[in-house]
Amino acid sequence: MATKASRSAARIMMAPAVVLLLGWMLVPLILTLWFSFTKYLPMRGDSIERGLDWVGFDNYARFLSSSAFWPSVQTTLVMVGGVLIITLVFGILLAMLLDQPIWGQGIVRILVIAPFFVMPTVSALVWKNMMMDPVNGIFSHLWRFFGAEPIAWLQDASLTSIIMIASWQWLPFATLILLTAIQSLDSEQLEAAEIDGASPLSRFFYIVLPHLGRAITIVTLIQTIFLLSIFAEIFVTTGGAFGTRTLTFLIFQRVIDSQNIGLGSAGGVYAIILANIVAIFLMRIVGKNLD
Amino acid sequence: MARMTSTRRKIITTAVAWAIGLVIFFPIFWTILTSFKTEAQAINDPPLFFNFDWTLENYISVQERSDYLRFLWNSVAIAGGSTLLGTLIAIPAAWSMAFVPSVRTKDILLWMLSTKMLPAVGVLYPISLIFVQFNLLDTKLGLIVVLMLINLPIIVWMLYTYFREIPGEILEAARMDGAKLRQELFYVLTPMAIPGIASTLLLNFILAWNEAFWTLNLTAAKAAPLTAFIASYSSPEGLFFAKLSAASTMAIAPILILGWFSQKQLVRGLTFGAVK
Amino acid sequence: MSLKNTLCAATALTLVTATGAMAADPTATITIATVNNGDMIRMQGYTDQFTAETGIAVDWVTLEENVLRQRVTTDITTKGGQFDVMTIGMYETPIWGANDWLVPLNDLSAEYDVDDILPAMRNGLSHDGTLYAAPFYGESSMVMYRTDLMEAAGLDMPKDPTWQFIREAAAAMDDPANDVNGICLRGKAGWGEGGAFITVTGNSFGARWFDEDWNAQFDQPEWSDALNFYVNLMNDYGPEGYATNGFNENLSLFNQGKCGMWIDATVAASFVTGDDSTVKDSVGFALAPNAEGIEKRSNWLWAWALAIPAGTQQEAEAKTFIEWATSKAYIELVAANEGWANVPPGARTSLYENPEYLKVPFAQMTLDSINAADPNNPSVQPVPYVGIQFVAIPEYAGMATEVSQEFSAAYAGQQTVEEALEKAQAITNDTMEAAGYR
Repeated sequence: MATKASRSAARIMMAPAVVLLLGWMLVPLILTLWFSFTKYLPMRGDSIERGLDWVGFDNYARFLSSSAFWPSVQTTLVMVGGVLIITLVFGILLAMLLDQPIWGQGIVRILVIAPFFVMPTVSALVWKNMMMDPVNGIFSHLWRFFGAEPIAWLQDASLTSIIMIASWQWLPFATLILLTAIQSLDSEQLEAAEIDGASPLSRFFYIVLPHLGRAITIVTLIQTIFLLSIFAEIFVTTGGAFGTRTLTFLIFQRVIDSQNIGLGSAGGVYAIILANIVAIFLMRIVGKNLD
Repeated sequence: MARMTSTRRKIITTAVAWAIGLVIFFPIFWTILTSFKTEAQAINDPPLFFNFDWTLENYISVQERSDYLRFLWNSVAIAGGSTLLGTLIAIPAAWSMAFVPSVRTKDILLWMLSTKMLPAVGVLYPISLIFVQFNLLDTKLGLIVVLMLINLPIIVWMLYTYFREIPGEILEAARMDGAKLRQELFYVLTPMAIPGIASTLLLNFILAWNEAFWTLNLTAAKAAPLTAFIASYSSPEGLFFAKLSAASTMAIAPILILGWFSQKQLVRGLTFGAVK
Repeated sequence: MSLKNTLCAATALTLVTATGAMAADPTATITIATVNNGDMIRMQGYTDQFTAETGIAVDWVTLEENVLRQRVTTDITTKGGQFDVMTIGMYETPIWGANDWLVPLNDLSAEYDVDDILPAMRNGLSHDGTLYAAPFYGESSMVMYRTDLMEAAGLDMPKDPTWQFIREAAAAMDDPANDVNGICLRGKAGWGEGGAFITVTGNSFGARWFDEDWNAQFDQPEWSDALNFYVNLMNDYGPEGYATNGFNENLSLFNQGKCGMWIDATVAASFVTGDDSTVKDSVGFALAPNAEGIEKRSNWLWAWALAIPAGTQQEAEAKTFIEWATSKAYIELVAANEGWANVPPGARTSLYENPEYLKVPFAQMTLDSINAADPNNPSVQPVPYVGIQFVAIPEYAGMATEVSQEFSAAYAGQQTVEEALEKAQAITNDTMEAAGYR
């Protein structure tokens, strides 16, 4: 159906978006690459005007050999993976529940999606102070009520706490997408399977889950992109202490706390590489699901 | 008999769903509740639920310290501006991807998404330097452009999936009638895509509203949105639970209300083409 | 229906905010970045008075300490020029001054009386004898304790306690059944939080960050003594979860009556004796402790100061503001309106010569603590650096934050004190190598 004319028109119409994004990707990327090969310590008077010293791969070697590097990669993967698993599992359960006939469905749905509207800084502050505070937090009151010793969440279960906070924020998104997918499921097919004597579990695994494949793919893809660069939740709660330093946070420490732009830029390049490895990995598993 | 069981089942599912909904909503509820307490009541042991004297003093003292409406206006302008601009740029792109697909369409789409993987902190310096060069620091325009670029891939993708749902026959029929490309876009396609565009706008407005890294680092006073507003309340000296709650409530209330009004729209539209 | 609702809501929102955005446009406006501490918030409240006096309007950018530091540092190093006045500390001022990033404050008016600034503060905010930032308030650290609990325990706090006495007193006052912890101290990661506290504790045990050749000293017995003492003290008599407690958390605990003692910034004195405190009538003060036989006490020296970034278009207006905010007149203004206990402390000699101010219970102890701090000789051992709770080199903030994170992990029981010290040693030497010191 596409004519030659519409093809060239299509190209023109795509141009603004493509050119803008290309610029948005290339300009910072080139600057980051340049900085990553230089000694750039603004606190010691280095600046672009005065010229930056070329140091080759020194920054890359130093970033990689730092004792903080591999733990931070591990923390990043555990955090992203943890949030994905929690939001997907609970998202599917919640979507199936909300698909049932219930009274006040609209209100329940509003309650469930509300966390998605809360800005990350605020949700981190609310969880840290109102929920997880070891003295005045709701959890500590709850623990004491049941006669248990309150938990110092952000200290003794720091990574778990951050995964909890991020999951709370992203569960609504997963639930909504999974819910729309479930609603499109052919109920006759399910009924037929029920009549054939399929157990609820096998109905779930052979009919519901395959149907959700595409939705799961999309939730995974979008959340991974956002979770890899998670920042406010860590900055506000633990400041990277107690094993919650992700790769993003490590770069933040190098760039802001240590004011070592070269080293931080090298870290940024590593982060891009990691993100792309994760992305390729994701595409492999889910790519065919996207058509 | 069947009705009996189904009613009982409905009671159980209702109870479970409500319980879960309330648990998920609790942190927000508790924050809003605490914002009406005094600082002493906010840390009372045991926690007070409704048996306290409601007060507005936290809101008053927050407003005295910072001009809430200015931050709110900046948030509205930046989130709204970036969403509108992004949608304007994305509609033609998504249109051509959906109706004139080529072998590379999927690759372009995934490449666009991959631009979101550059970690913001890693490019803070490059972006700041560029902003200094172009005098964009602390301007709404600068933030509108940055947030537009950040969200553009998502906008393109969402619109692309909606446009693909539109049956091609309709377009062909329009072409038979001699519709020009521009007419095709405005009179045939856009009306059909309105629900999709609306939910795209909504989602991106929310994402832009909640963006807290660039909005904080590229602004000072004139263009500072609510994310900067909340940064001045996060850990002041002394007791601060109630004031923090009030400031938090003020920061999230507008978007929460907007979200609630439009939740049907959002729910209907938020599929990313996931349904098929 | 729902779409219409959405549009209605959006329109209403826009209208409400548009009306609010229409404010008057003043002739000259300066933008000031500041930290959200109580004294600064109070200063914000008097902005109208400043504008009325001078015709200069002020835009405040009030941020939490960590965000502020990130924001102003990026701005100064990229020459962003977003602020006409910045609130910075004693750590940043000499480093930024050395880079010519700040406007020297060497032509302040005679009426301002720059010689009245406390020598310790003036010294700490200068580079090569030139003042680069004017102190808004200054602080040291001291012991704050509950006089009622001390009495009940049958103890008497000396003016100059040792760590051994502090431990004894903490043991005596510790009362878990009544929710009272013997002692509350900072443990939160961050160079300006727990990092500052453990550094001064190290000083008072004879430890130091570096020897004279910039070799890290965390493998020395003094550090092991200091850290072990701290961890044991806090594990025995400190609050639950102390590894995440910073200044604010401890202030809140003390004000709720949950601490027997608290060693922290002298500015906290006006809060624990203020109206928000449930124990305001029974607080005593003493000098920060030292280990027996060590000459140096564990008190630090800090000032929040106002500086003008070089290149601002409104240098004159900015200077006018700084002179106003750090003047004697401002102190009198606050005293007249809110009482002497609430004036910004620790900046001016004349304040401590004022008989009215000396009636404030913590005034003399604050001055004594400030005078007991010596940034040039922080430890009994010789050091190559200046600074008490920090080392005034650009690399310090980054590495000290990482070191304090390792320490906090030890406080939380996630690693041993020895492991933490080993990692601290490695981080520090690594950083110093990268910076070319070794």
